[in-house]
Amino acid sequence: MQRLPFFAMNKPPRGSLLGIEHMASEEILDLLKLARRMNPLKARPLLRNRRIVLLFYEASTRTRSSFEIAAKSLGAITTLVQSSGSSIEKGESLLDTGYTLRAVGADVIVIRHPSAGAPHLMASHLDIPVINAGDGMHEHPSQALLDAFTILKYKRSFKDLHVAIIGDIYHSRVTRSNCHLLTRFGAKITLCGPPEFVPEIASTLVPGLRITRHIEEALRGVDVIMLLRLQKERLAGQKIRLQDYIAHYQMTAARLQLAKRDAIVMHPGPIIRGLELTAEVADGAQSVIVDEVHNGVPTRMAILARALGKAK
Amino acid sequence: MPTKATTRAPSLLIKGGHLIDPAAKINAAMDILLRDGRVAEVAPPNKIRAGAEEKFDARGLIVAPGFIDLHVHLREPGQSYKETIASGTAAAAAGGFTAVCTMPNTVPVVDTEDWVVWLRSPERSALVNVFPIAAATRGSRGSALTDFVTLQHAGAVAVTDDGKPILDDEIMRAALRLGAELNLPVVQHAEDTRLTENCSMHEGPTSFRLGLRGMTSAAEASIVDRDVTLAQQIRESRLHVAHLSTADALKAVRRGKRAKARVTCEVTPHHFTLLDENVGEYDTNFKMNPPLRSASDREAILVALADGTVDAIATDHAPHAAHEKQVEFERAAFGITGLETALALAITKLHRDHKIPLTRIVELFTSGPARVFDLRGRGSLVKGNFADATIFDPKKRWTFEVAKSRSLSRNTPFDGWQFTGKVVATVVGGKIAYRSN
Repeated sequence: MQRLPFFAMNKPPRGSLLGIEHMASEEILDLLKLARRMNPLKARPLLRNRRIVLLFYEASTRTRSSFEIAAKSLGAITTLVQSSGSSIEKGESLLDTGYTLRAVGADVIVIRHPSAGAPHLMASHLDIPVINAGDGMHEHPSQALLDAFTILKYKRSFKDLHVAIIGDIYHSRVTRSNCHLLTRFGAKITLCGPPEFVPEIASTLVPGLRITRHIEEALRGVDVIMLLRLQKERLAGQKIRLQDYIAHYQMTAARLQLAKRDAIVMHPGPIIRGLELTAEVADGAQSVIVDEVHNGVPTRMAILARALGKAK
Repeated sequence: MPTKATTRAPSLLIKGGHLIDPAAKINAAMDILLRDGRVAEVAPPNKIRAGAEEKFDARGLIVAPGFIDLHVHLREPGQSYKETIASGTAAAAAGGFTAVCTMPNTVPVVDTEDWVVWLRSPERSALVNVFPIAAATRGSRGSALTDFVTLQHAGAVAVTDDGKPILDDEIMRAALRLGAELNLPVVQHAEDTRLTENCSMHEGPTSFRLGLRGMTSAAEASIVDRDVTLAQQIRESRLHVAHLSTADALKAVRRGKRAKARVTCEVTPHHFTLLDENVGEYDTNFKMNPPLRSASDREAILVALADGTVDAIATDHAPHAAHEKQVEFERAAFGITGLETALALAITKLHRDHKIPLTRIVELFTSGPARVFDLRGRGSLVKGNFADATIFDPKKRWTFEVAKSRSLSRNTPFDGWQFTGKVVATVVGGKIAYRSN
């Protein structure tokens, strides 16, 4: 067996955030509570001079910038490492990159990676907290936490909240994390999309998930609508015509009428107007899409403070 | 002048053991005398008169014909950082195997006579018998058949493109036809790779939860189904399904067997032991191809092992270096080592937990595989056969520690597992090739 460096260990280091699935409910609630106390404009320098590395193997606007602003608001030093322009391009392995970043003094690694489980691999070989900023089709826990934070700004609790998640569920790490989080606290979730994007097996993710192919059925009487970005190349791969998809699953103002009058419309971004939703819905009164992005900063401040043991 | 040490083994009397030799229909206390590399005599306790230079006290132990593994990757030529013939056969001996059939997906692919001869050369320092399986198509690229006649003449016992399927219908049909003429089995790695691109585990609730692309069981079953149909149509053709892992593929094999086609199949210890959900949180030691399947697939395999549908247990021993496994799950190499844990898993899982008789388990390791590839003089300890024997203690409890493995690689999911049943000695050509301490 390859000898691991002296700081290698097998359990994820304390403070890591790898996924929602295995996170204790109290931990989730504590994080949300902490996030509500975080104000990027009036933050105490809890993480002064701590070094946070943002290791991004995939493109990102929201997640990357909000982690960076969250870290800097708390007084931390950040470094961005991307696959292009780093030794990753030269074929360095994920673990060797991790050891290198540890050696230059990283206190936390925030990682986004196209392969499911990449943060887990890193966490099982390093002694510093690893934060999953999205791993393949697996999980995107900070997004689920900021979505939960957002929902609680508009709704009293998750209990018996009806949620519809519409679109490409199969490829969506956001959906997996949100399903784990929301059902844990009693929300009722309906997944909606064509079989290619919502395979029957999706209902096994957590108990009580419902699947429907009809957007009208999914929307009737719901409190929260979560839309997902649609990648055109995936439509092509699944041999679905774009026009058909839009006709059946696009979120329009007319369809929004089916939901509760105070229903909110969410989307992890980036949104593609005219595809999964109309501009009218995106900019409408019920849309909280911009607010989600805004809430990403305090949520990620809480995640980083917890990672470094400064959650109080 | 001293002769080479390897030329002759001293005669060996295995005394006091309980012989299980399913092909000879023996399940009784027997002494066995091995001389000049052959079985000289098998007789009830204390009946053998002839003297022996060495004795092995087998009291309380099971003596069986030497185990045969139809499916190992010993990585030579070309990948000796993973395994060599010498290290792989040392692991085989420690696992009770006296013969292994090596897969041709090396670097380069074993698709010529020269490489078959090279594999069998004494310079490889093999501790057990090595039977090369040659590539079925040139470079295992799937487009043109290799020269079966020459390969068989050089010592290849079967042909396969293992690691990849023989996908093309016409090529598969041609391979079975030529195999039929030569009485040479065609071994299929049954995977419709058009359905499994970028997949890293079985398709099911676990793959969905982990966000990993899943291999549908249909990708295996559809190929087995086609191949069985071809084998039924081509008289005397011999089809062997490697590492069968799904209930649906078993149905196709049963169909072929009922129709009296010469269809055989093997199952690995990990497929009768583990499930897809054991992958846990992306443990690459649970990543292999075919992948660990669902509970209903495993159940069907257990039934087929018991009822005779499965012909052999084969390990698919697939060593990989740490740097090929300690990577992202989707990038990690497929395969696990298996030679040293096969018997222990069979006794622990099949015999202790599922009450499959020891005689059937021995059959799956001996006469079963010997028949699949026509390994004459092996798989049974009758007089005149090769002096290959496996001696084991079916009740011994022990813990497998990968750190002590004889393989060059460490990629096993069974490190630290507690087993019942342990190999005590392995006799190859009348000589003790392995003895546990």
